[in-house]
Amino acid sequence: MATKIVMEALSPTMEEGRLVEWKKQEGEPVATGDVIAEVETDKAVMELVARADGTLLKHVVAAGTTVPVSQLVGVIGEPGEDVSSLLAGSANGKAKAEAPAPPAVAAAPAPAASVATPKPVLAPTAAAPGGRIKASPLARKIARDRGLDLGAIRGSGPEGRIIQRDVEGAAVQSPEPAGPGGPAFRDVPLSQIRKTIAKRLAQSIGPIPTFYLTSEIDMERTWDARETLVAGKDRSPDEPRISYNDIILKAVALSLRQHPDCNAWWQDDRIRYWNEVHLSMAVAVEDGLITPVIRLADRKSLREIAREARELAGRARERRLTPAEYTGGTFSVSNLGMFDIDQFTAVINPPEAGILAVGGITPKPVVVDGATAIRRRMRVTLSCDHRVIDGATGAQFLRTLKGMLENPLTMVY
Amino acid sequence: MASQFDVIVLGGGPAGYVCAIRCAQLGLKAAVVEKDKLGGVCVNIGCIPTKALLHSALIANIVTHDAKDLGIETGTVSLDYGTAMRRSRKVSEQNSKGVEFLMKKHKVTVVRGTGVLQPGKRVKVGNEVHTAAKAVVIATGSRVKGLPQVGLELNGTTVISSDEALFLEKAPASIAIVGAGAVGCEFADIFNAFGSKVTLIEALPRIVPLEDAEASDALTKSYRKRKIDVLAGATVKKATVKKSGVTLEVESGGEKRTVEAEKVLMAAGRAVNTEEMGFKEAGVQLTDRGFVKVTPATLETTAPGVYCIGDVAGPPMLAHKGSREGVYVAEIIAGHKPMPIKYDNIPSVTYCHPEVASIGLTEEQCKEQKLEYQVGRFPFSANGRARTAGDTEGFVKIIRGKKYGEILGAIIVGGHASEIIHELTVARENEYTVEEVDLAVHAHPTLSEAIAEAALDSMGRVIHT
Repeated sequence: MATKIVMEALSPTMEEGRLVEWKKQEGEPVATGDVIAEVETDKAVMELVARADGTLLKHVVAAGTTVPVSQLVGVIGEPGEDVSSLLAGSANGKAKAEAPAPPAVAAAPAPAASVATPKPVLAPTAAAPGGRIKASPLARKIARDRGLDLGAIRGSGPEGRIIQRDVEGAAVQSPEPAGPGGPAFRDVPLSQIRKTIAKRLAQSIGPIPTFYLTSEIDMERTWDARETLVAGKDRSPDEPRISYNDIILKAVALSLRQHPDCNAWWQDDRIRYWNEVHLSMAVAVEDGLITPVIRLADRKSLREIAREARELAGRARERRLTPAEYTGGTFSVSNLGMFDIDQFTAVINPPEAGILAVGGITPKPVVVDGATAIRRRMRVTLSCDHRVIDGATGAQFLRTLKGMLENPLTMVY
Repeated sequence: MASQFDVIVLGGGPAGYVCAIRCAQLGLKAAVVEKDKLGGVCVNIGCIPTKALLHSALIANIVTHDAKDLGIETGTVSLDYGTAMRRSRKVSEQNSKGVEFLMKKHKVTVVRGTGVLQPGKRVKVGNEVHTAAKAVVIATGSRVKGLPQVGLELNGTTVISSDEALFLEKAPASIAIVGAGAVGCEFADIFNAFGSKVTLIEALPRIVPLEDAEASDALTKSYRKRKIDVLAGATVKKATVKKSGVTLEVESGGEKRTVEAEKVLMAAGRAVNTEEMGFKEAGVQLTDRGFVKVTPATLETTAPGVYCIGDVAGPPMLAHKGSREGVYVAEIIAGHKPMPIKYDNIPSVTYCHPEVASIGLTEEQCKEQKLEYQVGRFPFSANGRARTAGDTEGFVKIIRGKKYGEILGAIIVGGHASEIIHELTVARENEYTVEEVDLAVHAHPTLSEAIAEAALDSMGRVIHT
């Protein structure tokens, strides 16, 4: 019997959704849980999954069409099944096709190259006098007294205002009185060799001498792991579906913990090696992009990362992020996999020293144990600020990351 | 007819009805179950009618004692508690009607009757069972209680509570008030103004015992000047209740005293309403102290989907605390993430004259917590506006943290203290320090200048003393 595919309410406030792209074509077999289309909600681009096994018989609406929640968009059934009765029911649907349905990729306003330097002034040292950081007078006094940088502190008061408990929390992690979690970072003055490297490289290539390292990762096991997580029965309907990007963010965060050399800021006269991982996540927004930060990402569960990533990305698109939410990152991740990009290079987001550009997951013929096999592969490219990260340092980080994504179980312990 | 709602609120007091309105604003279909008048104790037999009577008391005192000096010749003044009482009833009725109007305006259904909680977010009222799709909110409030252990069982005639005092046709010739918290002190003020001989008995060492000791001293002084007999640190050992009055044997500091009074007003504490409403059967547990047990961050009870707000959810038992919890819980139910309630920044007010209003820690609490602090004080006797009103009792006291100047606590004793305390409430809510309070220019002449001066004094820079 044929099953309707309807536009689902993918966010609590969603009233309509734009079908960005069909991930399954007419005639393709689908299984329950398969991603059949990508849908742009009021907050984010999300996945529409199959609720039945069978064959995708019909795309009722074309890619690029905006339809209200619960409207029929497609049909799953047995090959050759007559679905005309189902389709007739949708004839009075209120689908409003947007003029010429734009191809999905055109919806990306952020070409890779523009993952550039959109916010050098927003670097978390913006607590200069007259800076626009929202903080209570008491928080300012405590921060001044303890030499804390308000720009590096996340506010928990109304509209992200920094309040007493935020600076007191930060004080515990400040370098001087190393609290239980240890200091947040370690400043290392530049050695002569680093000074020379920095000077020569900057002369050669520009203010941020960047080099690139690419690695191809076998994603079969991560794929399986994610399928298991997504199919999990105890997932409450409010929980976000774990995406590949969430898993990649988690793996990057954990890898950075093992490689603090890559989790660092160039500070002109010194390098600040962070003991905390604050992941900047590039989000394309209308006419630009922004990098909301997942704080302490290495200490968060996959579920927390997923929830926070959705939430931040959603508010980024609504332009409702507070400065504290898009500053203070220690490393960036930019993912264009959903746009079928195989590989790209991203531009470093100073003062961070590294950014990882993530391509799509594509089945490819590869040699496994001496025989050709079809495997899901993903290419990642690490852009490194050579003043901070050397080739071998970056390569070691990538090797750890690759290991985690190829054996996601290693992230657990 | 039984119906389906998103949220059912048990109790139409200041916690419950505010919760229902906020629910409605957030698009939820809300109902309030109320067995009596809307507005609860606060509107009908609490905050509102007592303030109406206190207004009468204040005017009575001014007319009796100060009129001549103010250039007003009054002739013989006669006072009639009954008339004042009937006026206070009108005010309460207006307010209760106002709540009814608000329920209509926000399309909140009012279900009349006693609600009994059933398992599974259902509420039985009479024979009908109403279902809540999202949540049930318990806001059943509290009531006065007597002291049966010393023979002071409430009898409604000679041993009364505020419930009866608010309906007396005339002020008693003499009245002993047991308990000198807000309720006791307010009624002492009211009955004293209407000519009763008042004895105010408090078991703890000072009246308004939860406030800063300096406030207790100032109020005691003011009361004694008005011939109110203030017995602090005094316990009622025995009570003999007769038809015409009550004899109390009171022990204070080893000394025994006999207090004869036409009536005894019990103002020593309140009991929460948790009985016979199906709480236990629905899985709602209580704390050791008898309040409903809640998770502090969500105010959810031990029964999933059942929340609890107001007096019955725990102290402080204040209308404004309950209302805020009502808003907070409504937002949680609607899936929002409200800013947490700062329970350490809820103002506390006693509306006697002079009024006592406080926020944050008392000096005693600062000492107990071993905080380093500096005290700033300013007396209303040095404040121009207070002098123009001939109302110079009291002071402003601000306790500032020594290192950062944060306002650890503040207390105001004086006319209109209840109104001017909020400058410091806003300051503390936003973590302003005493410097920001001083930097804000205060209009002259106002009582609020005393706050700015106390802030300055805490920094050693007071101008007008």
